[in-house]
Amino acid sequence: MRTKLLVLAAALAPVAAFAAGGGGAHLDQANNDITNKASLQRGASNFVNYCLGCHSAKYVRYNRMAADIGLTEQQLIDNLMFTAESPHDTMRIGINADDAKRWFGVVPPDLSLMARSRGTDYIYTFLRSFYADPAKATGSNNLVLPGTAMPHVLWELQGVQEAVWAGEPNAQGDVSHEFKEFRLATPGKLTAEEYDAFVRDTVNFLEYMAEPAQLQRRSLGFPVIAFLVFFTLLAWALKKEYWKDVK
Amino acid sequence: MGSTGQTAKAAGGRLGALTGWIDERFPMTKLWKEQVSEYYAPKNMNFWYFFGSLAMLVLVIQILTGIFLTMNYKPSSAEAFGSVEYIMRDVEWGWLIRYMHSTGASAFFIVVYLHMFRALLYGSYQKPRELLWIFGMLIYLLLMGEAFFGYLLPWGNMSYWGAQVIVSLFGAIPVAGDFLMEWIRGDFYISDITLNRFFALHVIALPLALVFLVIAHLMALHEVGSNNPDGVEIKKVKGPDGIPLDGIAFHPYYTVKDMVGVGVFLILFSLVIFYAPTMGGYFLEYANFDPANPLQTPPHIAPVWYFTPFYAILRAVPSKPLGAALMGLAVVLFIFLPWLDRGKVKSIRYRGPLFKFFLYSFAIAFVVLGWLGLQAPTPLYTNLARFFTVVYFAFFLLMPWYTSVDKTKPVPTRVTYHAH
Repeated sequence: MRTKLLVLAAALAPVAAFAAGGGGAHLDQANNDITNKASLQRGASNFVNYCLGCHSAKYVRYNRMAADIGLTEQQLIDNLMFTAESPHDTMRIGINADDAKRWFGVVPPDLSLMARSRGTDYIYTFLRSFYADPAKATGSNNLVLPGTAMPHVLWELQGVQEAVWAGEPNAQGDVSHEFKEFRLATPGKLTAEEYDAFVRDTVNFLEYMAEPAQLQRRSLGFPVIAFLVFFTLLAWALKKEYWKDVK
Repeated sequence: MGSTGQTAKAAGGRLGALTGWIDERFPMTKLWKEQVSEYYAPKNMNFWYFFGSLAMLVLVIQILTGIFLTMNYKPSSAEAFGSVEYIMRDVEWGWLIRYMHSTGASAFFIVVYLHMFRALLYGSYQKPRELLWIFGMLIYLLLMGEAFFGYLLPWGNMSYWGAQVIVSLFGAIPVAGDFLMEWIRGDFYISDITLNRFFALHVIALPLALVFLVIAHLMALHEVGSNNPDGVEIKKVKGPDGIPLDGIAFHPYYTVKDMVGVGVFLILFSLVIFYAPTMGGYFLEYANFDPANPLQTPPHIAPVWYFTPFYAILRAVPSKPLGAALMGLAVVLFIFLPWLDRGKVKSIRYRGPLFKFFLYSFAIAFVVLGWLGLQAPTPLYTNLARFFTVVYFAFFLLMPWYTSVDKTKPVPTRVTYHAH
């Protein structure tokens, strides 16, 4: 019966549709606050300094972003723009897709919508789950996305952590991949708390980028709904008045 | 005609003169009276009767927001995803228009499912309303097509793979399957060509047919008259003026009442738009924020919630052709309700225990199947889906039996109504 179902599933979606995405690791909560402008500004700075070299955010426009997170155009140009783009441009990158593919094996994905498609908790946990893995070309691996092509770009800040596995190595030398904990092997420039805060600000900015209208959306909700409640009460009173003569 | 124009002129001055001028050339006042101000609806219509006018409201919202989306959307595989993000970010109020449209799609199905359930509760499909019911069912079928075609347009990865799965259902048809799939896609896979034709169908063909069918639905309704929670024909008891004793003018009584319904609906609608536009991934799926990728499926493919009861039926059957056939049947069987129902009474108020049992079981089965269709299949869920598939079909296929042997209660000649 189970095989029949698998056949059915395979027939429905030519490529196996139910393969698990990611490592199924437990996700920590990002607890970021999208209304915190200072955090968004720090996140923007982190993003342009550490992410924007390889990852574009091709739907995000510099000047609109600056206005939304509370920066003037001059502050934007002085602090967040390093190359020849104009503030009217979107956040594109100079990296050539073919080169990127040759260097990393994949083209680094555009990050405009990453927080909407994967969720903030996913990115928050991902950026804190790199560990040293000499078997990998990048020297690091990730618990959330095993085998990721992304190197641990933030190692200088976080330091290098090693994964401690629950099981003992077997005859082939493979360790059972039941994760126990991370152990910091080489300390970085930031303490663990500072690093978490750094990632939280970055994730906060990613969440903003995924839907720039969300600040506007939430603040518009209250007056609209207040009006509609007033309208409904008025309509209800009118209905009562008209229906008095229905016996 | 002439005299109506004269009276109006005397009564309303210049505006009255204009009305008179039009009425001599076009039946404006006549239509208004026949369809609205002198259309007599039963005075006992309850909560369940809000959803017809709400469905029309949502249709208008979808058409208006759709026009503005079309102004900025690009139906090409290279640009579609980016143009939706352009609408979300760079078009003035684009995010609001887009969220109204995406929330409207789900709202349409919520409202239409409640509207259909009302018809089941009060026997609104029974004689003499069979054609009214069939028009309604055709509207529902078109709506499913409209939702399916529209879902491909954002060109997200779930759009792409959802369309892939649904088109592949036609592949289950013996002999002609492969040809049909190619014919629908216009290509060997879901491509730019498919996107272009789905766009054409979504923005002109189906909406046009929908509007015509809604007009036919309303004309049929106003010809036979509205049913009511008692399932009593109010036209059978008329006063000396020829107006049904239990009827009240649609305008102003039901126009003001529907306005309250509209207000409550818009509050709920706005709560979603402003505070939860993705509705936790049910109205806008997270995987659809990744652009379409023919080489990588989303982790878990499921259709949007309004199709999942039928999707669960499809998955419950081990044979794909049979599953697809049952899925189609599950939708189409509604059309035959007027002839499957042998009951002598219309309303649930006077039906016997058997009908109540089968109707409530059906409603539970529909909701549970909808939930199961959203989950990844497990052996337990598959068995549950099979059980509820049987319950679903039992409602229709056993109906000629249980409605004819059921112990019904006597139906009053007048509607029950207590003035508030």
